[in-house]
Amino acid sequence: MDVQGILVAGGTLGAVGAVAASVLAAASRAFRVDEDPRIGQVTEALPGANCGGCGYPGCSGYAAAVVAGKAAPDLCAPGGAGAVRRIGAILGIAIEEKVRMVAVVRCGGGHQACPTRFHYAGVRNCKAVTLLTEGGSKGCPDACEGLGDCVEACLFDAIHMGPDGLPIVDRERCTACGQCVKACPKGVMVLEPCTARVTVACHTRLAAREVRKVCSAGCISCRQCVKVCPYEALAMKGNLPVFDHSRCVSCGLCIDACKPGTMAARVTPDPAVREQALARQAERKAEEAARKAAASPAPAGDAS
Amino acid sequence: MDAVAYLQLVFWAMFVNNFVLAQFLGICPFLGVSRKVDSALGMAAAVIFVMVLASVITFLLYGAVLVPLSLQYLQTILFILVIAALVQFVEMAIRKFSPSLFQALGIYLPLITTNCAVLGASLLAIKKEFDFMEALVFSLGSALGFGMVLVLFAAIRERLALLRDTPRAFRGMPIALLTAGILSLAFLGFSGIVKV
Repeated sequence: MDVQGILVAGGTLGAVGAVAASVLAAASRAFRVDEDPRIGQVTEALPGANCGGCGYPGCSGYAAAVVAGKAAPDLCAPGGAGAVRRIGAILGIAIEEKVRMVAVVRCGGGHQACPTRFHYAGVRNCKAVTLLTEGGSKGCPDACEGLGDCVEACLFDAIHMGPDGLPIVDRERCTACGQCVKACPKGVMVLEPCTARVTVACHTRLAAREVRKVCSAGCISCRQCVKVCPYEALAMKGNLPVFDHSRCVSCGLCIDACKPGTMAARVTPDPAVREQALARQAERKAEEAARKAAASPAPAGDAS
Repeated sequence: MDAVAYLQLVFWAMFVNNFVLAQFLGICPFLGVSRKVDSALGMAAAVIFVMVLASVITFLLYGAVLVPLSLQYLQTILFILVIAALVQFVEMAIRKFSPSLFQALGIYLPLITTNCAVLGASLLAIKKEFDFMEALVFSLGSALGFGMVLVLFAAIRERLALLRDTPRAFRGMPIALLTAGILSLAFLGFSGIVKV
């Protein structure tokens, strides 16, 4: 048996291995990069969904940015208030809690309300149809295509396609990561505070006259909702009413006032809030009448 | 060898004898990191970097250690050892000296420690009895070929992922493998153009 050969082979391999090991050991000392230990802690405090909703590559990227002070600590939507609190504890800073947001569908033009202009037989996704056909297959250029790009984009299984070709958001599951907002080529998905129970389910750019032609659920700029709101939470901006969410109490009066049914309740309004709103409306009407009668400026009553 | 011969060698390594499509080396990163063009580009850059470095080091080690001791049969295991250690070392060095490069290549570097394409480039350079410059050019050409095919394939897969008419049974990996096969057939057209 060639013992010497075995020894030489083993020795050579061992020697090369030992050299490599010592070089690596030396390198790990020499090239050590001191990483802030808080980065690891913050990464652990985050949910680890790597959804990218914060705009950073993955949770660890966001953690590094937060520790470096380059990012606000409340950008993690899936982590919610819990993650913000934990990050605050790690970094030793007080953080205001943010109102939870949810994704909202700003279109009511399903297959019934807003029919398609033609039969589309191409690639079955919203991006493709919008790109290929300039404005998509629906009568309204801003209408939901209903091919489910948002459903596919949702990382939390919170969006499902409804029977009428409009996506339905599961508000419990939605974490407001914003993936659907990015995925939708029509800008139908937006994030709104979850306290807002009523939404303007239309975001068309068309004028009222055009809207009437193409969609039975679209906003016709009739201003009824603005007039009926006792809290002045609605104002017209262009063709569409826009909510001031800090004023809206979700009484639902605008839903009843809206003829095309553009105003949509995301959650059924509370009857007590409604009673209160009706009372306030009556009060305001009386005030208005009194003001007209006296023709002198009466001081507006405080909100109750 | 003159410049034309080196160009021929690069062409041969990139197209005629492409690592992925003709020699079927490095299939795992080819399938694993080809979902997005961005990550394919990162991986391609990392492979080009490591493959050239590794074949230079292993070539020198082969001539300086294995041949004098007549231990050529140890080349496979020794090269694996050296490449693994080298990649670790390079990763640490990049992390220290160029954080931006580390950001770009970082996650892909550990993936290539045991990549068969890198080992293949080192072993083939020995088997073909290249001299130092030829080995260097060969490894560069091979790495470029690998990167090119990876990016091509990733671009095709990105478009495939947009389709929803793919039959259910073919979705995901099966259609990717079929695509790889067709790509390989297409590259067969280069065979015999250059002989090395």
